[in-house]
Amino acid sequence: MLKDMFKKTSSQSKKMLNSAQIPDGLFQKCVKCNEILYAEDVVSNYYICPNCGSYFRISPRERLSMVLDKGSFIEWNEELPISDPLNFPGYKQKLKHVKTVTNLDEAVITGEGIINGTNVAIGVMSSDFLMGSMGEVVGEKITRLIEGATEKKLPLIIFCCSGGARMQEGIVSLMQMAKTSQALKKHDGEGLLYVAVLTDPTTGGVMASFAMLGDVILAEPGALIGFAGPRVIEQTIGQKLPEGFQRAEFLLEHGFIDKIVKRSKLKQTLSILIKS
Amino acid sequence: MSSELTAWDRVQIARGKERPTSLDYIGAIFNKFMELHGDRLCRDDGAIVGGLAAIDDVSFTVIGQQKGRNLKENKKRNYGMPCPEGYRKALRLMKQAEKFNRPIICFIDTPGAYCGIEAEERGQGEAIARNLFEMSGLKVPILSIVIGEGGSGGALALGVSNEVWMLENSTYSILSPEGFASILWKDSKRANEAAEVMKITADDLKNMKIIEHVFPETEPLCVENIDMVAASIRDGIIAFVTRYKEKSKEEIVAERYKRFRNM
Repeated sequence: MLKDMFKKTSSQSKKMLNSAQIPDGLFQKCVKCNEILYAEDVVSNYYICPNCGSYFRISPRERLSMVLDKGSFIEWNEELPISDPLNFPGYKQKLKHVKTVTNLDEAVITGEGIINGTNVAIGVMSSDFLMGSMGEVVGEKITRLIEGATEKKLPLIIFCCSGGARMQEGIVSLMQMAKTSQALKKHDGEGLLYVAVLTDPTTGGVMASFAMLGDVILAEPGALIGFAGPRVIEQTIGQKLPEGFQRAEFLLEHGFIDKIVKRSKLKQTLSILIKS
Repeated sequence: MSSELTAWDRVQIARGKERPTSLDYIGAIFNKFMELHGDRLCRDDGAIVGGLAAIDDVSFTVIGQQKGRNLKENKKRNYGMPCPEGYRKALRLMKQAEKFNRPIICFIDTPGAYCGIEAEERGQGEAIARNLFEMSGLKVPILSIVIGEGGSGGALALGVSNEVWMLENSTYSILSPEGFASILWKDSKRANEAAEVMKITADDLKNMKIIEHVFPETEPLCVENIDMVAASIRDGIIAFVTRYKEKSKEEIVAERYKRFRNM
């Protein structure tokens, strides 16, 4: 029924188009251009709106399947114990709920895989899991990923996606910025390559640590990449922000990223870099 | 100091207008201080001061986040909120310390890194990240002391150290209590509640093993009563340098790595 199509669209569009859990055969509405889209068209177009070209956020497993040789991914550190250093009221329950809803253990999946025949260490963050926020477990997984890459002498790729540090873990979240950055210093000391791929959004404590430390920093078109959130900046300066502020294109212009790469070209670009 | 002080009380003290600043401590602790300026790229950021100092015949590189005492001073100091140029100046001076084998002492006191348009344009995130990365590998001992507010990443960018100490009424946090309450409870007026939950006081952080030492404050510090604490800090710095004198460069880096690796 026509009525049912639009009913589904209005209630679920925003969530669905920000993650890869798009069921078959449904129509979706793009939150950017409001066009009603056939789900399969979105999926086959790398989760990019066929109408306006907006990039939807995708899950770590979708990302890994796009970038790695088929069946080559081996996951590391699948389930680390929950951390709740502040005994924050309701946090443990929230974590349990989010794990069930997202079918993810935490806001990052890490491991190793192969890209066109070359072994890599790889991590992909997820904005579905508490906005990709970094707490102790995310910091630990990323640190072990980097240390594993150093030990095995692997190039490293991290897909960054985060609203920043995980508030519920307080100062411990802040320390993850130092913990991950120092691991990268060691990886760097071994002469190994680290490619950071910044996806929408990459902000806060993640942006101000491992995201901006790549030997090569790539970004997806239109990705929001910034240290302070746009609203905080607006409140600080008391004015509206310029058009395109903190988008990937802005960062390219200001000299902070190496290249903006279309999703369809990402595997090829990474392949060239890791073989260089 | 009374243990009846709440976390929120301590936040107010840490932010207080009378709270001594980095330059106050530098003047009270070191025999000599020559300030050095500039990031060698585009600007000298007044929110961070740094240079060469000495206690007797031991040379140091000293860096501090500097708040202003009045409106005029704060125009120069930007209320202690560094821009990327400040972090780059700090890094330049820290690398210089490594070249000349001088221990580094950092005084941390900032509400946070400045979040304006130009700060983003000039790479605030990158500047902080770069400091975390480079500090972790410096082959000289680094000591940071939080003298006022340790505001998030903006503070951590001077805090990847072998040891981090705090004054009893200083705070060190992921975000301000107002910001925390706003994000998690949609109500910034619950900041005093947030301050308790966040565990931002010096004692909380020592219990969590985030810092090594707390200097007691028998009353809230001001320029007039700074001498006793300054003397304690001076003694502490001398003991710190003595401890690290016998360690190899590799040991100094390895211990710092282990410290943060355990967090």
